[in-house]
Amino acid sequence: MDPRLTTAIAVVVGVPAVLFGYIILTEQVLRPIPDRRRGTLRPWLWLLPALLFLTVFLVYPTIGTVVHSFQNTAGTKFVGLDNYVYFFTSPTTLGALKNNLLWVILLTLLTVGFGMLIAVLVDRVRYESVAKAVIFLPLAISMVAASVIWRFMFLYSAPGQPQVGTLNAFVGIFGLGPYPWLQLQDFSFNTILLIIVMTWMWTGFCMVIISAALKGISVELLEAARVDGANEWQVFRGIIFPLLLPTLAVVATTVVITALKAFDIVYVMTGGNFDTQVMAQSMIQEMFTNGNFGRASAVAVVLLVTIVPVMALNIRRFQAQEAIR
Amino acid sequence: MTAPIGVVAPTAQVVARREGRSRFGHWPTHLAIIVLMVIWLIPTIGLLINSLRPPSEVNDSGWWTAIFEPSQLSLDNYAHVLAESSIGPAFINSLFITIPATIIPVLVAAFAAYAFAWMTFPGRNILFVVVVGLLVVPLQTTLIPILQLYGPKGLNIAGSFLTVWLAHTAYGLPFAIFLLRNFMGGLPREVFESAAIDGASPVTSFLRLALPMSVPAIAALVIFQFLFVWNDLLVALVYLGSSPQNLPLTVTISNLVTSLGGGWEFLGAAAFISMALPLAVFFGLQRYFVRGITGGSVKG
Amino acid sequence: MEERTYRRSRIAVFIAGAALVAAACSSGTASPSPAASTGGAASAAPTTAGSGGASVAPSSGGGDLTGQSVTVIGTWGGDEEKAFKSMVAPWEASTGAKVNYTGTRDLNTVLTTGVASGVLPDLAGLPGPGQMTQWADSLVDLSGVLDVPTYTSETAPALVELGKVSGKQVGVFIKTAVKGLIWFDPKTLADAATAAPTTWDALKTYITANKAKAQAGWCLGVESGAASGWPGTDWIEDIVLRQAGPDVYQQWYQGKVKWTDPAIKTAWSTFGDVVANSFGGSATVNATNFANAGDPLFKTPPGCLFLHQASFITGLGAFKTAKAGTDYNFFQMPDINAQYTGAVEGAGDLFGMFHDTPAAKSLMAYLVTAPAQDIWVKIGGALSANKNATDYPDDISKRSAAILTNAKIFAFDASDLMPTAMNDAFWKGIVAYIKDPSQLDSILANLDTVQTSAYATP
Repeated sequence: MDPRLTTAIAVVVGVPAVLFGYIILTEQVLRPIPDRRRGTLRPWLWLLPALLFLTVFLVYPTIGTVVHSFQNTAGTKFVGLDNYVYFFTSPTTLGALKNNLLWVILLTLLTVGFGMLIAVLVDRVRYESVAKAVIFLPLAISMVAASVIWRFMFLYSAPGQPQVGTLNAFVGIFGLGPYPWLQLQDFSFNTILLIIVMTWMWTGFCMVIISAALKGISVELLEAARVDGANEWQVFRGIIFPLLLPTLAVVATTVVITALKAFDIVYVMTGGNFDTQVMAQSMIQEMFTNGNFGRASAVAVVLLVTIVPVMALNIRRFQAQEAIR
Repeated sequence: MTAPIGVVAPTAQVVARREGRSRFGHWPTHLAIIVLMVIWLIPTIGLLINSLRPPSEVNDSGWWTAIFEPSQLSLDNYAHVLAESSIGPAFINSLFITIPATIIPVLVAAFAAYAFAWMTFPGRNILFVVVVGLLVVPLQTTLIPILQLYGPKGLNIAGSFLTVWLAHTAYGLPFAIFLLRNFMGGLPREVFESAAIDGASPVTSFLRLALPMSVPAIAALVIFQFLFVWNDLLVALVYLGSSPQNLPLTVTISNLVTSLGGGWEFLGAAAFISMALPLAVFFGLQRYFVRGITGGSVKG
Repeated sequence: MEERTYRRSRIAVFIAGAALVAAACSSGTASPSPAASTGGAASAAPTTAGSGGASVAPSSGGGDLTGQSVTVIGTWGGDEEKAFKSMVAPWEASTGAKVNYTGTRDLNTVLTTGVASGVLPDLAGLPGPGQMTQWADSLVDLSGVLDVPTYTSETAPALVELGKVSGKQVGVFIKTAVKGLIWFDPKTLADAATAAPTTWDALKTYITANKAKAQAGWCLGVESGAASGWPGTDWIEDIVLRQAGPDVYQQWYQGKVKWTDPAIKTAWSTFGDVVANSFGGSATVNATNFANAGDPLFKTPPGCLFLHQASFITGLGAFKTAKAGTDYNFFQMPDINAQYTGAVEGAGDLFGMFHDTPAAKSLMAYLVTAPAQDIWVKIGGALSANKNATDYPDDISKRSAAILTNAKIFAFDASDLMPTAMNDAFWKGIVAYIKDPSQLDSILANLDTVQTSAYATP
């Protein structure tokens, strides 16, 4: 244990020291450079560590992925758009696209909506920490445990047998028959159930961030409005919501991307059966089960392309923000 | 610690009014919160109670029946998990992996976020959007290229903790930069302008102003990064797999179950054991989610 | 003021940096666990003795390998992992080397990334013969490790063949299972143990005759997360083997017989009859996990008369706490077509070697011996691949093992031999069929489409 303890302390103390030291030293490095130029060089020095990490670990593999998507499985020859053609013509992948659309819309609306509602509500009560902890808890539970939890919730026992699943027992009180929840593919009901599971986990995420932003809103501003006779809804709509908008955009963008990459829940609970398949799961299957890197890469590239509109919206928002600042 | 420039502590009047309001207690607010809390807790409570029951009972009857038959409840599953010989070392490994993998990205992102927020340079917005766009890169597409880099044909560090520290830092950076930049960008401009007039360098502004004022966002980020790294299984497995003695708690827990699924009754107990530390981190950082640190209104 | 701050900061940074470097250098060598620091220096060398000298004559665990270790990756966890650890304990004691085992459900991911990057364990459980072929280039030829004649004489020929790729022996079976056993509760069906039906028609008559004793003839549950549907594939394989014969069976998994072929379609319809007579109906079948599918056998009143499942069911669900012989028993799946009598379907856990270090070679040679496999076999829930390992704990496992050894026609699990894309489509096809049997034709047509691309050489 001993040598590791020393390493541990060295790392926990040393890493921040080295990083802070780096930033402090950048000013020293900039000293000899004329004042005018300093401003153009400085941002790049600050960005350097981040850009290094990102280029090596994310950009370089992505370039490889894009190249792979035009190749065959073994990576020995180029097959043009074959992999993409397969993607857009195979009924399973098209079904996945449709499901992902549902995921994006529903997950974002629900998690951001609930996250904001809860953040605003608990801001006013004394037991705020406890309430936030309860909503945050599902995120702290690993995916493995979450799948066990919801398996108990959705469990289906044959009609006539005592229901062991929570949901079936609940609807049983009203005399409604037991339902095989995850097999109900009409109106994508089972996909919606999976989205609800994910909402249960990720609302805490939105809530924590929105809560942090909420605390930055000056109390005087809110008090002044209330003194002027505004009721709670008007205060929310007129002051809180507009001030939270940038944070909501950050949270929403993150959740949209999470919805596009959603995989674990579907994989563990249904394996993609009963019309619940999603793109990420089909990509991982192609990559590791079937060993078909070409097709897997094509799916990954489609994923990358789908966030372009989201990013475009974000650029517009920044440019508007800059104008105000 | 001296207060950052420009912070106005809430006046006594305001504080009193605020206290008065919550004691006044809008019952719809309380009702709504309680209802939401109950809905959110039910699934977890189901697992908690089931983790206290023997597996044969869990299969035969719903968890709520145990409330009427408390005799079947026992800590056997927990005892079994804790008796697992590798749990102690795995816990330490998890700490080893998670703490640096949280500290590094937060700091690196803070530098980058400050640069994006308060320094002007050509291409700033486009570069920022590209950085955030990297959020969508699926983790699985990076495993092979990175492992090739780490492996015998590359740096040959596979199996050491350095691999996961660097990898988790990179995976966590897009979101961290996104969040911090947004927060730092909302800080009052006057604060930085007056500091510049007083002759402070950007480094001083960053260390003395931006960082302290961004504490709520940094706290949120620490909570999430800690959590994601603590609960991660795949990254640790792939990069540390060649040194099984370095594997974290998540691997030990997933190994409680046989390849056919036998032993699943221990997963619930293991989940609650593993959840304790992230929750402690969450509670510990709650005190940074308080008003007054940024002083003036957060502008859009 | 700024100047002094800078100087102080610089000093602090130097001290911190020096501490970091000192810690890195000191912790690097001592312990076998490479805990690297961010100082940048690469960590201590990986623990496995990678310095592969010339390959030595196979030793069976008697040599001195003190201080060395072997990394093993497999899918075994929980009780299986404990059993494996007991299995290797004598080897560790006699050689002084250590086995570092990692269990994972993501075996495919770990080995795929490993093969692509060169970061591999010494020994690994392989997901199946299909993947073994994919990774044949990275696997070590075991003819320099094992005593091949002994291995061949101690193992069923089919299993030996399955471990070969282009004549090279790269995989060996450590553990096996026999599929297609019909389980029942002797308390419900007292005469099934002594007067087991020997033909499929006789079985159907038997079920009709005993209808009143249970709610349904069969118990069936195919839920299994991402692999949902596989118990159904076992059913279809058993039917094809006995109905259409071993030759069709072989051509079928080799992709030479279409799914829409009448022989295969009939097999599916026969399976459909089973589903129609299953406890709880199709929704229950698709929603019940395979481990608990047999629980209704033991209920009062019994939910079903029979469960069709492999020998490893004895360690799962309600079987685990039930008593072998008194609470449950089995008979072999009956013949369907008298021509193809004596056919048995089996499966097994395949092992391969990626690095031929002395310790790894010694361990591999040890694992295929009868004494080693006896250890696991005695713990229960597993059948050995070595014919001479016969230390079975109860009558049930003895009989299961005997079926395997005495099989006239031994067939390996067909879906394990298909390309993984085909296997996956097969699973999903079963689930879809159970949900809506009227869709059989479109399901089979879809399987044909997958077959064309799955078997195509890349």
